[in-house]
Amino acid sequence: MSYLESTVKSVPTGLRKILYLNWPLAVLLTAVAGTGFLMLYSVAGGGFSPWAEPQMKRFGLGLVLMLFVGLVPIWLWRNLAGLAYAVSVMLLVAVEFFGAVGMGAQRWIDLGFFRLQPSELTKITLVMFLAAYYDWLPAKKTSRPLWVILPVLIILLPTALVLNQPDLGTSILLLTAGGGLMFLAGVHWAYFAAVIAAGVGLVTAVFQSRGTPWQLLKDYQFRRIDTFLDPSTDPLGAGYHITQSKIALGSGGWTGRGFMQGTQSRLNFLPEKHTDFIFTTLAEEFGFVGGISLLALYALVIIFCVASAVMNKDRFAALLTLGIALNFFLFFAVNMSMVMGLAPVVGVPLPLVSYGGSAMLVLMLAFGLVQSAHIHRPR
Amino acid sequence: MRRNRADKDASHAKLSRRAALLGGAQLLFVGGLAARMRYLQVDQADQFRLLAEENRINIRLIPPKRGEIFDRNGIQLAENKPSYRIVIVREDAGDVEAVLDRLALIIDLSDEQRESTLAELKRSAPFLPVTIAENVSWDAVSAVSVNAPALPGVSPEVGSTRVYPRGSDFAHVVGRVGRVSQKDLDALDDPDAVLRIPRFQIGKINVEARQESLLRGTAGTKQVEVNATGRVMRELDRREGQSGADLQLTLDANLQNYVQARLSGESAAVVMIDCEKGDILANASAPSYDPNLFIGGISSKDYDPLLNSKYRPLVNKTVQGAYPPGSTFKMMTAMAAIEAGIVGPQETVYCPGHLEVGGRRFHCWKRAGHGWVDLETSLKRSCDVYYYDLALKVGIEKISAMAQRFGLGIRHDLALSSVNSGLTPTKEWKRSARGESWVIGDTVNASIGQGFMLASPMQLAVMTARLATGREIMPRLVKTVDGVEQPVTGGASLGMKENNLRKMRKSMYSVVNDRRGTAYRSRIIADGMRMAGKTGTSQVRSAVVNNNEVPWEQRDHALFVSFAPYDNPRFACAVLVEHGGGGSKAAAPIARDVMLQALYNGEPPLEAYPTAVRGQIEEQQLRLRDVRPEARINKSAVGDQA
Repeated sequence: MSYLESTVKSVPTGLRKILYLNWPLAVLLTAVAGTGFLMLYSVAGGGFSPWAEPQMKRFGLGLVLMLFVGLVPIWLWRNLAGLAYAVSVMLLVAVEFFGAVGMGAQRWIDLGFFRLQPSELTKITLVMFLAAYYDWLPAKKTSRPLWVILPVLIILLPTALVLNQPDLGTSILLLTAGGGLMFLAGVHWAYFAAVIAAGVGLVTAVFQSRGTPWQLLKDYQFRRIDTFLDPSTDPLGAGYHITQSKIALGSGGWTGRGFMQGTQSRLNFLPEKHTDFIFTTLAEEFGFVGGISLLALYALVIIFCVASAVMNKDRFAALLTLGIALNFFLFFAVNMSMVMGLAPVVGVPLPLVSYGGSAMLVLMLAFGLVQSAHIHRPR
Repeated sequence: MRRNRADKDASHAKLSRRAALLGGAQLLFVGGLAARMRYLQVDQADQFRLLAEENRINIRLIPPKRGEIFDRNGIQLAENKPSYRIVIVREDAGDVEAVLDRLALIIDLSDEQRESTLAELKRSAPFLPVTIAENVSWDAVSAVSVNAPALPGVSPEVGSTRVYPRGSDFAHVVGRVGRVSQKDLDALDDPDAVLRIPRFQIGKINVEARQESLLRGTAGTKQVEVNATGRVMRELDRREGQSGADLQLTLDANLQNYVQARLSGESAAVVMIDCEKGDILANASAPSYDPNLFIGGISSKDYDPLLNSKYRPLVNKTVQGAYPPGSTFKMMTAMAAIEAGIVGPQETVYCPGHLEVGGRRFHCWKRAGHGWVDLETSLKRSCDVYYYDLALKVGIEKISAMAQRFGLGIRHDLALSSVNSGLTPTKEWKRSARGESWVIGDTVNASIGQGFMLASPMQLAVMTARLATGREIMPRLVKTVDGVEQPVTGGASLGMKENNLRKMRKSMYSVVNDRRGTAYRSRIIADGMRMAGKTGTSQVRSAVVNNNEVPWEQRDHALFVSFAPYDNPRFACAVLVEHGGGGSKAAAPIARDVMLQALYNGEPPLEAYPTAVRGQIEEQQLRLRDVRPEARINKSAVGDQA
């Protein structure tokens, strides 16, 4: 009971809460989004339409959303975690049946005014639910097999549903974020070691089987993996974009070609120049200095989140903050690796910078939770 | 309570440690990204800037050369001819409409071409060339080249077009190519990138379609540097593709050509199989059509008559058609009975012209009856009652099983589209397919190849080859792939008693060579070239009527199966003439003529024909020489000498 008492006693009330907001974090997020507006203005050839203006409006809405979510007491969010998880899983199931088909996969539900993409929402609710689970679970039980299997199932259920859409990228992100949270919660090393060993073993087995009579995958599936790993074997598909992205990025040099002076990204080489490949434009126009600055802003977001979590004695709040930071990290790390030719092309946007509604609002909602954790931390 | 507190602190300390660890790992990754960015933007900047400066890298696919198709003697059946086309690249053209307007001043450009180009440009990637006009003249190519500065993004390209030099003779075997459709793409698990090249052509039917994977080859790629107007500055990298394999078919082009010419005016099908390996020497379906008309899209003016003709020129009657085999099936009924030992070949049956079965009267085609007949006589004179009797004794299951051993009711694996499996009915089949139970009348009908029984001319030719050899001959259409001989399948003994087979062949011999045989008028009289066979008439309507008094569509189909030489079978042949009336009159003469062509490997001497028909044959040979290109060449060569 002491936990609850201390929480209730020390939390600020009413509008005084705003003073306790994690202001540096809010400023950082605004700076990142501002970079996005700039780039969207640039890729439109110097215009607020079609991308910069709606993006600014959405970010405004996102800030309000963050504030609203942040002002709600964290214990309420913890109590809602199970429900949120259940709802998002149900939405994933609903997508199977009523979802609109886009880009060859069933991913969103058309609500008329808004296209809800349950897999985006799941990234947050999964972390929320796992945080609540480890908050509830006594520490000494954390590494007992039964209590390890349960969260694994909690992770696998939405992952399998997303994989079925099919959206390999998001399902890997869910798996990584879920696993990361289990690691943070203190699950014993040996489990991770075992999973990694098994994974390495499986991958080795699959590749070793190639060309032998007991081949585990079909030939064309192997060819797809080849293309995935080495896009240059598919020069007109994935490889084309990566080659062009690298040229654009590399030609930026130290300081770039200047705002709105990027020639490469302006030519219609990059099909997703306003979404997945927006970093290429930034790096071309502002060079290494510009790119590293955005990277630094992202790193600072992570640092502030980790700091906020470590200072927070509330286990749910700390785990939630770390989980959201991890998700955020995965977003930009995968996107940047992709445009720099380090990772295969998967449709992961650059957080808060790429043009897009669903992802931005869900991210702002997530940072609202981080704010709530920060404001309502036990003092 | 205290302990709980301590517990909490301990777990928080652990959380902090792990948070620091994971956070550290994340920062390390961020460091890695920064290093990569430095590598690309600082260390490699010069190189990338050079690539980016004025030139840009484009990657182009090099379509592979499609494999060509030949007959067994190396005569070309499908080849690739160079053709010129004008293409446009959207991202280089800028204002596409203006460029097209200017182009229209230089070359003939229809509104239709203009519209389809614009539509295609909208659909495809900006860097991919889109064809504006195909098969353009060399003059147009040079006009475009001269005016290049005014036509950004437009360039002439050399491509190749599929040409079928033997046109309609081989449409039903070689098939044709056509543009890749969305349906084609959807049918594939993992469509090759080359299929997405606009107007790329793939096999649509028959050998072209069924051997697509062999014929297509693999695309190469080239990385090229292009300048601002889209002109290729230099090639940076080239990965060669691989040409498709050349196919040699088992067909004999000259024989096929003769058969198609011989069938002109008929709605008919002929299959000739070599009795040694099962090689399909001729596979002709008439009327046919010119596959060259389809290349690059056929106009409805050309297509509608093909589609709507009652002679169905688009259908390959040899394998797609399934007809009641009629009396040609009698060998199967007989084989079933004598192999089962139920009836001896010498046993006789009395034919009064009909047989009462289950209160119904089944007629023999000869109302007056044949009297006492044994196996040979019954086959020779095509008595029906004899087979009704046999079938009642042996039962439908054994008959169907025997027919299947001889290749009926089985889908042969041929490199052709839509191969019909025919039908050898059984009691079980009727129950499941029709929901009715088998009645004895069905067996009686089946015994003479009527009722539910269905076979394609290809199956009948296979059946005949198996009767002639006693071996399990499998039809083969592809002889070599890139010069490598393809395996011959089958060939094992069917396991029939040699005596029975000999009896069967002897009976078939007398069908053609005995004065009272139904095909006597179509015999071959050259020594060592004698033909054996069986006539058949496949009823289209059940009432027996005079064929000349009903419309064409209701007349009976004429059938004839044969093999030759009788002593040492080399060729087996099946002939079907749709609504041709009786087999002896309409089908057997065709079989004889085709067989003689094969036996003499060209035009046979008149002495091989019975005296009575020589005059008629001479006329026919003269007429066909005008239709057959290679015969024409021979004729002119002879003429030069004279």
